[in-house]
This record gives sequence, structure tokens and C-alpha cells, in this order.
Amino acid sequence: MTEILLNAAQGGFLNSEFAEVSISLLDGLWENIRLFSSTLLFALPLGLIITFGSMSKFRPLKYLTRLFVWVIRGTPLMLQLFVVFYVPGLIFNVPMQDRMTAALIAFVINYSAYFSEIYRGGIESIPKGQYEACQVLGMTKGQTFFKVILMQVVKRVVPPMSNEIITLVKDTSLARVIAVSEILMAAERFSRKGVIWPLFYTAVYFLVFCGGLTLLFGWIEKKLDYYKG
Amino acid sequence: MAILEVTNVHKSFGSNHVLNGIGFSLEEGSVLSIIGSSGSGKTTLLRCITSLETADEGKIVVNGNVVFDSENQHKFTKDEIRKARLSVGLVFQSFNLFPQYSVLENVTLAVKLHAKDRPDYKANKKAIIEEIEAEGMELLRKVGLAEKRDAYPCELSGGQQQRVSIARALAMKPDILFFDEPTSALDPELTGEILKVIKGLAADNMTMVIVTHEMSFARDVSDYIIFMDDGVIAEQGTPEQVIMNPQNERTKAFLSRFQQ
Repeated sequence: MTEILLNAAQGGFLNSEFAEVSISLLDGLWENIRLFSSTLLFALPLGLIITFGSMSKFRPLKYLTRLFVWVIRGTPLMLQLFVVFYVPGLIFNVPMQDRMTAALIAFVINYSAYFSEIYRGGIESIPKGQYEACQVLGMTKGQTFFKVILMQVVKRVVPPMSNEIITLVKDTSLARVIAVSEILMAAERFSRKGVIWPLFYTAVYFLVFCGGLTLLFGWIEKKLDYYKG
Repeated sequence: MAILEVTNVHKSFGSNHVLNGIGFSLEEGSVLSIIGSSGSGKTTLLRCITSLETADEGKIVVNGNVVFDSENQHKFTKDEIRKARLSVGLVFQSFNLFPQYSVLENVTLAVKLHAKDRPDYKANKKAIIEEIEAEGMELLRKVGLAEKRDAYPCELSGGQQQRVSIARALAMKPDILFFDEPTSALDPELTGEILKVIKGLAADNMTMVIVTHEMSFARDVSDYIIFMDDGVIAEQGTPEQVIMNPQNERTKAFLSRFQQ
């Protein structure tokens, strides 16, 4: 009985074209997940540092940071991928060794610029009275930010951040332009052989990935719902 | 010796001269109410004394510590200003409680942070924290909110929130407690509970400066009244002098609007 099932499975599913495509796309998706999570790991804190720069009272730093954010937000991510991948080789004669690293650098720079603006919006929306209350209680600037302001900012930025992070999931496919073998590239290998459907099948993977994130962000929002303000 | 000495304080915002030479002093344990119409500079004066604004000119001394002196400004580092601030407490019109912290945490947060500077903090951490929380609970009992210790500010009425913010200010053990229109953001039926707490503090000999529009309350609770008009002290004295027998025409006009 077991043998029959196993044979059926091997003959029916495991050896089928569908299984081959599914596994190959999963391999591709793994690259997207790596790029996605590493981008978050670096861009989330880096964004905060850029925020501090763009809110600095030291004007040169403030304008320099805002110029940086303008350039990054004002040019296509695809172009930035090309720049990071090709420019070191073309100009400095040190070609990028690893495509994934190049993609990660471009993504971290791009997303930290967007995150920084979301953080800035969050920080600037905190009422002045919160800072003044901290001031009359003799708290230092660091204590004020980390003990009082930050948690309120986190609550306020969760909805826009979930939006941006879900966009990141799909943007990771742009790494295909510098030949990172992510899911769309995996699907294209089939379409080049005349099998088109895997290309559309990738949507299922994205939907599942984003669906999971949507649930996660909903849960976080609920967790932060114990207070208002 | 006076616990608060304010000498010739000036403050402008751009071309708008808000304070034009304010001077007064206050004895320990007494209650001063500052009255006057909107825009007369009451709140700005309070904000200058509590260092939320920096005055342009003049001198402010709290309990022997110079918190502002336009002649000697360069001598103050940021840390000194922060420490000098600890001698004054301020209760805001709009409470400004920390929404993500419970009532007890609101009261004890700053005290706990300051305790970290104590040399014996590491050795006695647990005992110190327990002591701070016990003191916080004592203050909550004082303002009648002990049973709300674990509630969050959004779950409280405006009056209860303001009582928590009074407890929070008291937790720092300030030499002087300032109130910036503590009942103005409240429904009329909720002002009573705040006034009762302030009266209780007055009975305990807490030195207080209250900016208020509650004339009968100012008359009952204060030892001293200042009437401000156009950035100067137009009239000052005991409640009997200023509220019952005003001499200045502006004071008379201001008070008559309240008696209607």
C-alpha cells in the first residue's frame, strides 16, 4: 500500500512538471527572502540615523541629509541597482564580486531613505507637551527619546511601515536586473523554454508571503492597542 | 529668605513683548495665584521660571539656586540647567501624561531614571525601586487614585488625568509646584476635584504658584495674588486687597467681567 502511494507520489507529483517548477520557484523565493530580511535588518536602524540627520539643528547636516533623501527617493530603485553594481568597476576598477551584496547595498540605501521619512513623520507628530513634560521632570534628551517618545512613534508608524515593508517584498524582484537569481528569474528560465505559466504562478508565492506579513502587522497593531495617543 | 525671587524678567517673541520687567518674591509654604486676561503673559512667566522658555533679561532664583541670570548666562551648562529645573515642578493645562505608561509608571518613571545617578543604585537597585514605587503609591493615595495604579491615561477622566499629573510632579519633590491653568481643559463639574487636591497641598504647606481663571478659588487658597496686565504686574497683594478691594482700574475691569 505504502509502496503504491509512494510510486503514485513520485510518478504523479514529485516527478511532475508542477513539482519541478514549484521547487525551483521556492529556491528563487529563498533569494527574495534573504534580500528582504537583510534589507530590513540594516535599513530599519539606518533609517533612524538618517531621520536624526534630517531633523538635526546643525544646518549643513540637515540639508545634506535631505539632499540625499531627495536623490534616493527621486531616482528609480532599478537605476540605483545598476549604479551600485556597475559603478565600482567602471570608475574605481574594483568590480562588484557578489550580485547579492550589490543588491543588498542598493536596497538598504533606498529603503532607509523611505523609512527615515516615515520615522520623521512619526516623531514630528508627537505633541510638544510630551517633550515639555520630560523637560520639567529633568530627563535628559536620550531618556526623553528612548523612554517616552520612541514607543509612541512606533505605534504611529506601524501602519505606514507595514505598507512600505510589503512593497519591499515585491521590490526584491527588481534584483533580477543585475541577475540575482530570485523568483522571477527562476520563472523566466521556464518561459524561455516555452512554458509560460510559472511566471504567473509566482504571484501565489508573493501573495502568501505578503499575506503572512499582513497578519503579523495586524497582530503588532493589536498588541499596541492597549493605549491611545 | 524667599524661596522664589524673580527680578526684572523680560521676554519677547520677535517684536511681541510678552513680559516687560516682572519682579516678585515668594515665601516658603505660601500660595501665590497669578490672574489676568489671556495674553497678559501669565503662562510665559511660568514657562520662564520653569526653564521651558529662556527669558531675555532678568534673574530667577529658586531656593538659593540661580536658575536664570542674564548677566551670567554663559556659566550654565545644559546639565546644570536640567538639575536646577528639578527644584521646580509644573502641572500643565493639558496634563501631558505619557500615554503608553500606567498611572503608577507615569508617577515613578522620572524618579526611577534619576535614581540611576545615585552611587548606591547598583548595590540596592531592588530596594530603591520598591521604595520609589511605595512613594508613588503614597502620592496616588493623596490624590485619591490609588485604585487606578494600573490604568492607562486614556482610561481616565480629565480630572483623574490631571490628578495623576499632580502626583507625577510631586514625585520629584520640588521646592515649588507651578500650575498652568490646571482646570482650564476640564469640564466645569471636574474642576472641583483638582481644586480640592490643590487645597490639600496648601494645607500641607506646599509652596505653589497657580495661574488660574478660578477667581473664588484663587481668593480662598492664596496667600498672595498677582494681577498681570500687558506683561507687567499691575497689582499685587493679599486676596482681600487685590480681589475684594482692587485699586487699579484694569484690575477692576478684569474682575467685574468675572462677577457678571
